[in-house]
This record gives sequence, structure tokens and C-alpha cells, in this order.
Amino acid sequence: MHKESEIRYPLIIGDKTYHQITEDVCAPVEGRANKLWYVCFTIAVVVALWGLGCIMYTIGRGIGVWGLNTTVMWAWDITNFVWWVGIGHAGTLISAVLLLFRQKWRMAINRSAEAMTIFAVMMAALFPGIHMGRIWMAYWVLPLPNQYGSLWVNFNSPLLWDVFAISTYFSVSLVFWYIGLIPDFATIRDRATRIIPKSIYSILAFGWSGKAKQWIRFEEVSLVLAGLATPLVFSVHSIVSMDFATSVVPGWHTTIFPPYFVAGAIFSGFAMVQTLLIIVRKVVSLESYITRKHIESMNIVIVITGSMVGIAYLTELFIAWYSGVEFEQYAFLNRATGPYWWAYAMMMTCNVLTPLIYFVEKVRKSIVISFIISIFVNIGMWFERFVIIVTSLHRDHIPSNWTMFHPTFVDIGIFIGTIGIFFVLFLLYARTFPVLALNELKSILKSSGDNYKKQQH
Amino acid sequence: MSVGKKIYGLYNDDAILIEGAKVVVAKGIKVSDTYSPFPIHGIERIIGIKWTRIAICAFMYGITGLALAILGMYYMMIVDWPMYIGGKPNNYFLQNMPSFVPIMFEFTVLCAAHGMALTYFLRNWTLPGVSAKNPHPRTTDDHFAMEIDPSENTSMSVEEIQNLLKETGTVEVFEK
Repeated sequence: MHKESEIRYPLIIGDKTYHQITEDVCAPVEGRANKLWYVCFTIAVVVALWGLGCIMYTIGRGIGVWGLNTTVMWAWDITNFVWWVGIGHAGTLISAVLLLFRQKWRMAINRSAEAMTIFAVMMAALFPGIHMGRIWMAYWVLPLPNQYGSLWVNFNSPLLWDVFAISTYFSVSLVFWYIGLIPDFATIRDRATRIIPKSIYSILAFGWSGKAKQWIRFEEVSLVLAGLATPLVFSVHSIVSMDFATSVVPGWHTTIFPPYFVAGAIFSGFAMVQTLLIIVRKVVSLESYITRKHIESMNIVIVITGSMVGIAYLTELFIAWYSGVEFEQYAFLNRATGPYWWAYAMMMTCNVLTPLIYFVEKVRKSIVISFIISIFVNIGMWFERFVIIVTSLHRDHIPSNWTMFHPTFVDIGIFIGTIGIFFVLFLLYARTFPVLALNELKSILKSSGDNYKKQQH
Repeated sequence: MSVGKKIYGLYNDDAILIEGAKVVVAKGIKVSDTYSPFPIHGIERIIGIKWTRIAICAFMYGITGLALAILGMYYMMIVDWPMYIGGKPNNYFLQNMPSFVPIMFEFTVLCAAHGMALTYFLRNWTLPGVSAKNPHPRTTDDHFAMEIDPSENTSMSVEEIQNLLKETGTVEVFEK
């Protein structure tokens, strides 16, 4: 058994035993949902249905129903895509990178963060799909032999790299998440008394028995998957950034994009984890496991990555000036002072300035402020993508083409709708899945539990 | 006792099980397995279970994925239908290789991760519809079980093994 220094904060608060952890985590799955859950779920379903309606309208009529025009041919669709993919970066980062760094605080949040990742990537994948116009041709992105004498997909294109990156990321994250879930499903299975839940969880648990050899393999697989997923996290958003960076559009054609996008993705992902978990810990009473310390740790990641994003913004401006390329200079001047100045100001305020107050320890530990700032970051990161995409396109090389982008109700509906679908999935998850990694929490109880730490010292 | 039944000692703490296993093994008894709600570190050395080689499998799947990606892109982009796109020359593979790197990497990870996951499920025999083997429902909650097969331990009678287990601090000893 590992002993831990006294000055380390306990990660599990209160007088918990192995059995009590099981009880606390299984309670939301075994009990009945409260009124608040039904209210949230109903709202989410209504919003999701509206979004699905807008998606079906788009598929039926074509993407002409969006506000796109010949100058701004990419707008909210790709903004939403990058926003959702970015959000999807926190989950695997928490479970993979923090596993390699042996950060025990990840154990209380990794399950929900991974669920969030999977749902967010699903929402992201929706946008390129419907932007194709003819979604039933979506399989054309795969290198399949075909009737055109085998006309292959273009492996030189970053858009195709994205197809591989996103599908690899999604499927690997899903497998990583599910392998961790199996032992916890087994716990619920063995506790279930009613016949239907028992048989469902029996199937989900894949017949897990918790044998010594199974656990050895479990730990080895988790470690190797973490090792594989870590470079994957960094590669996916690098490749997303290359969708822009390998073009020759001023404002996009910059080498700083890959690291800058990865930092931004981690930043927005952690903000979304923060938003969701601050609600979850309250609604399903898991304050003993997702403590102030966890929230503070996430805030530290937010302030670091937020500052990295801030440096990237300033570097972009400097390089635009220093390069001496007037098109590049105009693109950035136009971002900050042109007709979309308000979007730029929004991005700067929400992403660079507001997280800086986390340098004050009191603020970092305040749950209410953490929640508010996480919402700010979510909004700011959406505007970052909007600024990068729309302001770079709307004034191109021929001034007669200059125009503005006006979203239609369909654009707005699909975006809000994906938030609805995301919350439907997340709320269903919170009711049916163990929201904390039971087996991992039990393994740190004796080293990081409040009661055990007191006994040791 | 009927043939094929195994003896189980049930513990309510992992530390007691580890100490118990040491005592039992010192008496020359072979512990065939343990069942626990979370990994007990070090138990494999005590009861003599070999470490898994699944990481080696993952490496081999990864190499296979890399080879497949290189072969596939070479055939599609260089041999079968060469196209000069975006100033990226494609007279021979190495010339065009830089823009193949992202997919070479992604496909390596894809094959390594899924190959390993599949091996993991098959070796563990954890698949949808398989029934669980744990002897007591609380071994997935807060109890820990040690499994001894009497047919492998003919030096001691069943009663002797049971008494030995009871001395190591079990909550319950049962046959199943």
C-alpha cells in the first residue's frame, strides 16, 4: 500500500469505505430521477428535436438554406465542428495524459469527461456530414474501390486526414471508455435485484469476474491505450488546424496553428468538463468525490492553456506585422477593427482576460465563480473559431466580393440543436452509467481517502 | 464434497487477502485465482500469475497498421491513379510521403488500439452474453475472494484447506 504525504489534499472526503463508494455511485443509477432531472431532460429533448428538424430541413432543401454565400462559404458549420471537436479533447486528455503522469485526481472526473468527449465528437462529426449536402454519399470519404475505375480519395488533403483523425479518435476514445466501464457495470449487475436491469447490465458487463489475471490485463491495456491516446489527442486537433493552415488564405496560413489549436482545445474541453461536473456533483450528490481540490486543479489547467491561447493570439498579430505581407496584415487589422470587431473583442475578453483571475487562489477555489468562468470560456472559444473562419473569409482579395455573414434560423437551429442532443445524451448517461470510475476510486481510497490519511498521521 | 467444486475464502479487505495468500502459499497450497473489485497490486507475484504480454500484441498490431497504411497510400496515390495536387509532387513515394504522415500515424494508432482491445476481450473472455464467474456478488463491491482448487492440492484434505483459510482472517469460507 502506498503512503502519501500529509500535505497532499485528500481526494475522497468523509468517512468512506469501499462499500460506501459503491453505494454513493450506484445511487443515481438504482434510484429514481428527481424533478430537476425531468425538467432538464424535457428542455433538452425539445431543443434537440428542433435541431433535428433543422437538420432534416437542410438535408431536404440543400445547404442553400444556410446563410453561406460565395465569399463566406464556410461559417457556422465549421465553427461548430471545430468547437465540438475542441470540447471533445478534455476527456481523453484527462484519462490518458493524466494517467501517464499518475495524477490521482483524474479518477473522479475521467468517466464523465470521456462521456463528454464521445458525445461532443458525435456532435462534431454531424457538421461535415450535413455540409456535404448529400449525406447519403458520406461514405465517399473512405478509400473504397468504385465504379470510376477506382478513383481514390485524395490523401494529400487535410480534409481527408481529418476523416481518419476524427474516426480514429472517436473509436479509440469509445473503446478506452468502455473498457473502463466494464468492471463498474459488473458492480451494478451484481447489485441489481430486478430482472430487467440485471439482464441489461449483465450484457453490458461482458461477463466480467474481476479475476487477478483480468485485472493485470486491464491495467496494462489502460496504460498502453493511454500511451496511444496521448499523441492522438495532440494529432487530432493539429490536423483540424491544418484544414485551415495548409490553405493560402491570409489569417489561416500560419505555422502556429497546430499548437495553438491544441492548447485551445484543451482549454475549451476543460471548461466544458467544469460546466458539466459542477452541475453533476450537486445533482447526484457526489461532492465528497468531486471536491474543491478537483475543481481547483481543473482551473489551473484552464488558466495555463488560456494563457497559451493568449500568447498565440499575440504571436499571430506580431508575425502578421513582422512578415511584411500586407494581405496578412490586413487580415489581422480587419479582425480587430473591422465590422467583426465585436466578435474579436468577445474572444479576447472571454479567453484571455477572464481566466486570468484564476491566479487568485480564493477565486480558483470558488465553485460559483468557476462555473461562471467556464461558461465564459465556452462562449469565448466558440467566438475564436468564428473569428478565425468568418473574418478571414468575408473580405477576400477582390473588394467587390466583400460581404458579411448572416446566419439563418437553420444555422442557429442546428447549433442550438446539437447542444440539446448533447445534453440529452449526457443526462441519459448520468442516470444509467456509473458516473465515477468505481474501481479506480476504490484503489486510491487507502492512500488518498480523508479517513485513511487521518489514521496514518 | 462433490468433484469439481472449488474452495473460496472471502475477505473484507485487500490487505488481509494479501497476507492470507502469503500464508496459504507458504504452506505449499496453490491459489488458482483471486476475485476483487479493483486491481490488487502485487498479488500476481504472490500467487504466481505471469504478467500479461498484451502490450507486445499492441506493438505488433501497430506495426501492421503502419505497413498497411504505407502500402495502401502507395498503391492508391502513386501506382493506381497518380494525381499532382496542391504542389505536392508524386513521382515516387518518398516525394509524396510528408503528406501521408498524418494518416500513417492515425492508422497505426487505430490498428494498435482496436487490435489490442479485441485481444483483451478474447483473452479475458469478456464478451456480450458471457456469464460472470465471480463466486460471490460482493466481490465486485467490497469483498475479495481467494480460489483454491482441491484437485490441484492433494497434499491437504478439503477440511484442512478450509481450516487454514479460516485462520487467515476470512469472513466466510465456502465451496462452489
